[in-house]
Amino acid sequence: MKPVTAIIFKDIVIEMRSKESVSSMLMFGVLVLTIFSFAFEPSSIDRSLIAPGILWVAFSFAAILGLNRSLAMEIDNDCLQGLLLAPLDRGDLYLGKVASNFTFMMIAELIVLPIFVIFNNLKFNLQFLEIAGVAVLGTLAIAAIGSILSTISANTRMKEVMLPVLQIPLTVPVVIASVEATSMVLSGETKGISSWLYLLAGFSIVYLIVSYLVFEFVVEE
Amino acid sequence: MRSKILGILVLVLMIADLYMIFMFAPNEATMGVIQRIFYFHLPFGISSYISAYLLGFASIMYLIKHDFKWDRLADSAGEMGILFTSLSIMSGALWAKPVWGIWWTWDARLTLQFLLGLIFLSYLMLRAYLPEREKKAALGGVFGVLAMVDVPFNYLSIRWWRTQHPQPVILGGGLDTDMWKVMIVSFLAFAALYAYLLDRRMAIARVEEEVEYLEHAILAHD
Repeated sequence: MKPVTAIIFKDIVIEMRSKESVSSMLMFGVLVLTIFSFAFEPSSIDRSLIAPGILWVAFSFAAILGLNRSLAMEIDNDCLQGLLLAPLDRGDLYLGKVASNFTFMMIAELIVLPIFVIFNNLKFNLQFLEIAGVAVLGTLAIAAIGSILSTISANTRMKEVMLPVLQIPLTVPVVIASVEATSMVLSGETKGISSWLYLLAGFSIVYLIVSYLVFEFVVEE
Repeated sequence: MRSKILGILVLVLMIADLYMIFMFAPNEATMGVIQRIFYFHLPFGISSYISAYLLGFASIMYLIKHDFKWDRLADSAGEMGILFTSLSIMSGALWAKPVWGIWWTWDARLTLQFLLGLIFLSYLMLRAYLPEREKKAALGGVFGVLAMVDVPFNYLSIRWWRTQHPQPVILGGGLDTDMWKVMIVSFLAFAALYAYLLDRRMAIARVEEEVEYLEHAILAHD
């Protein structure tokens, strides 16, 4: 576990100093919430019907921004080369990246979430915690697949453009499950929510294992 | 030689299939002539899923063996996939307009098919934007594996989400015996077509690789 924690520690120190990743995700998340307020008339429709969709559009697109940033940081000054020369397993490098990406995404999301609650006139009660719980599972799934896809897209000619092209089609199950679970929480009808949560957890576990195994092919020269 | 035999087989089977579909097959009671699209639509749909698993299988084999042969298969399967997902979506839309009254709906099977097409497209885009041959093969292979793992998750999530598509009639036993005969000929014809196209595409991939190799050799020589 030591190399994994070392990578997480390194990323957290860099983030504490630059604050680039969290602040850009945060800003982007708030911007998405704002744009959607203009796109839909605030009073014309039941907010609880569209709110989960808005929230997850904000989360999943902000995540793409953060993932791009996290890899760009390694590519600048050839830091990735240094990481690859370090005596650590390629899979551990992947797990470390997942953990740090997940942490930064969660921090940004936990700041966006109260803003979302206020904008949509929802209540700060148990529901809020439940949505945060869904966000943890959904974000883990996005981080698990996004960390390997961002490393793949970093090899291409149009790095920043390629990541959403690869990531959005593959994260459709995550978005569907997260939106469904969130709207179940908001409507209070939580019967059947467990199957969506299992799907999110299963997605994360399967992709963590598969990516751990194939990550060495992504970074090999 | 193999491609010639396959080509003649496709020609014969296709003519027989077209005859069966437009002359032999009985008219469906409620949908009428429109139902005949089904004999094209179903093989298209099945071919697109075969392409997806061929792509996944070839990607795994490349990552294990590091032989470009498997990468050529994966690349070809990706292109076959986008061809057949588009064909199945188009033939489905032509059928849905008179029968459902709409071209498109976000029903489970339609959404799945559309998503499968998007995954093939992103696979081909990824390859197009990777500079070197080895990178194309290795990263394409990794993405192929990730995409194959995604297919069952897509299936589950979209199935739970919604469903409107007519339930498959083949396994339910709801198909007339004459329709069955037409369907079987159709399957055979499209299986032959699939094999033929894949064989041709792989041959092109081999030539492409050779050209690339020669270009490098000439540039190195100068």
